Amino acid sequence: MDTAEPAKKVRFDHRVIASLLKPESRVLDLGCGDGDLLALLIKEKNVKGTGIEIDEQAIYKSMERGLTISHADIDSGLQDYSDKRFDYVILNESLQQVLNPETVILEALRVGKAAIVGIPNFCHVGARVQIFFQGQVPVTRELPYEWYNTPNLRFLSLRDFRRFCRERGITIEKEIGISNHEQTVPFLPNLFAHTGIYLLSKD
Amino acid sequence: MNNSPIDPHSVGIVETQHFTCCVPPDELHLKSGLTLGPITIAYETYGTLNDDKSNAILICHTLTSDAHAAGYHAGDKKPGWWDGMIGPGKAFDTNKYFFISPNVLGSCKGSTGPASINPVTGKPYGLSFPFVTIEDMVAAQRKLLDHLGIKKLFSVAGGSMGGLQALIWAVHYPECVHSAVLVATNYRHTAQQIALHEVGRQAIMSDPDWLNGEYYGKTIPARGLSLARMIGHITYMSDKSMDEKFGRKLIGKEKLGYDFSHDFEVENYLKYRASSFVQRFDANSYLYISKALDYFDLSEDGDLVSKFKKTQAHFLVISFTSDWLYPAYQSKDLVRALKANDLDVSDCEINSSYGHDAFLTEVESQSKLVTHFLNRLHREKFHGHR
Repeated sequence: MDTAEPAKKVRFDHRVIASLLKPESRVLDLGCGDGDLLALLIKEKNVKGTGIEIDEQAIYKSMERGLTISHADIDSGLQDYSDKRFDYVILNESLQQVLNPETVILEALRVGKAAIVGIPNFCHVGARVQIFFQGQVPVTRELPYEWYNTPNLRFLSLRDFRRFCRERGITIEKEIGISNHEQTVPFLPNLFAHTGIYLLSKD
Repeated sequence: MNNSPIDPHSVGIVETQHFTCCVPPDELHLKSGLTLGPITIAYETYGTLNDDKSNAILICHTLTSDAHAAGYHAGDKKPGWWDGMIGPGKAFDTNKYFFISPNVLGSCKGSTGPASINPVTGKPYGLSFPFVTIEDMVAAQRKLLDHLGIKKLFSVAGGSMGGLQALIWAVHYPECVHSAVLVATNYRHTAQQIALHEVGRQAIMSDPDWLNGEYYGKTIPARGLSLARMIGHITYMSDKSMDEKFGRKLIGKEKLGYDFSHDFEVENYLKYRASSFVQRFDANSYLYISKALDYFDLSEDGDLVSKFKKTQAHFLVISFTSDWLYPAYQSKDLVRALKANDLDVSDCEINSSYGHDAFLTEVESQSKLVTHFLNRLHREKFHGHR
């Protein structure tokens, strides 16, 4: 990595994802943004990483960090790769923004031996309270958007996601609920976790 | 920018050198089955070759360009064609790398081409010059690198036709190429690209002064060649860039003339560019090189993916949103084939309104990508880490 890069606080969800990966593995990060997560994985787990990103400015930043980046959207970015080319395909905080999440997850599990998916929990207790008492679509710190400007196309809970996986024969190897207080949420994650991180596999 | 030698980001004053090879009976065997020799290659170099000759980068040029990619020829005010990209501290950093910029085989800018003297007849080759392909151009470059003692290129880079040469390097000489930078290019010439070239060729060949290519020492087919160049210029720009540059601005008059003299600035621009072009470029070279481009098809048997089986190079593929001559989707197809071979490939479609010319004008965004790409490979190769 560039030594000039200023030290930046590592995001908690990135730490959790890093803990799920085996060292030296081959990783594809879908919607890698500025490359924060990939850079961390390369530094701490010595992975061989590739990113897919749609934003041109983010590509420049990722490239600057020494990453291999392909300019594509998540919906079409996976078809180029051969089966099981990667050990892990990561979809962190991007699934809710893709057009065809089902296709993307199945494709991720085709090109990857495993997939790591991070989703925002739209049924966190705070959101439920807003719906129940205020009668409005929740706007929270994790979901700061109004209905008219949200980039999110899909609204799901951890329970919804579990059912989705079950119905498609996708094995949930691990589920880690995390709160916005940088803690894991082992108790009633569908109620108390702001984010769910999943390690998935499919035969 | 001026040609003062104290400009810290210019390579300064440079000179074109010449190298001759393939002297009979060791002629170059061309893709067409014919042979050619002797062959002279004009080239320039910038930067310093390191002791183990591992820091060399080959720069490949376009249809009508030349070996003069960076710096200034003594007395010139205009720098080389990719000067914004090549120099001390620039994306192609002459403080780190050694650059070789050859003029292609078939050209008229110092390398052997149809305007060169055929040693057998003592006269210019004209149409007796054998057809050369992109593969042949690259084979001749290989001879130059052998001469310079360079076994492996740290990178090979080029835009447009230069990208095709870089691609051939990575495919035909996989052991010689560590990385490739392909800009505004593709892997096969499409029907539209061939059609546009054919109009240019017909313009040249229908000029009465062309004389079946035997015009040397007589009047050059200036009308035909300038028409070909005008068409070329239109294809290098975009709808938007032309309108921004010229709009409907009139030239030398207050209102429309209602005659066929030039009314619009764009008409005048094309005429000016074409008239300066015919003074510096040979019509037969235009015919030969445009045909070489049209013959180019890396997927000629319908299979692109398998062509990269032996390729090991790292790739950077750059395209531009408004380039309709080499549209970005063609770069994407190429990237797809590279990925299917598990190759390390980064790609970016730069947002630009400059059309195909963007690869010469969009220096800043291209520089970012090229700098970061080469920096990573440099760290990995010379310092053993990313």
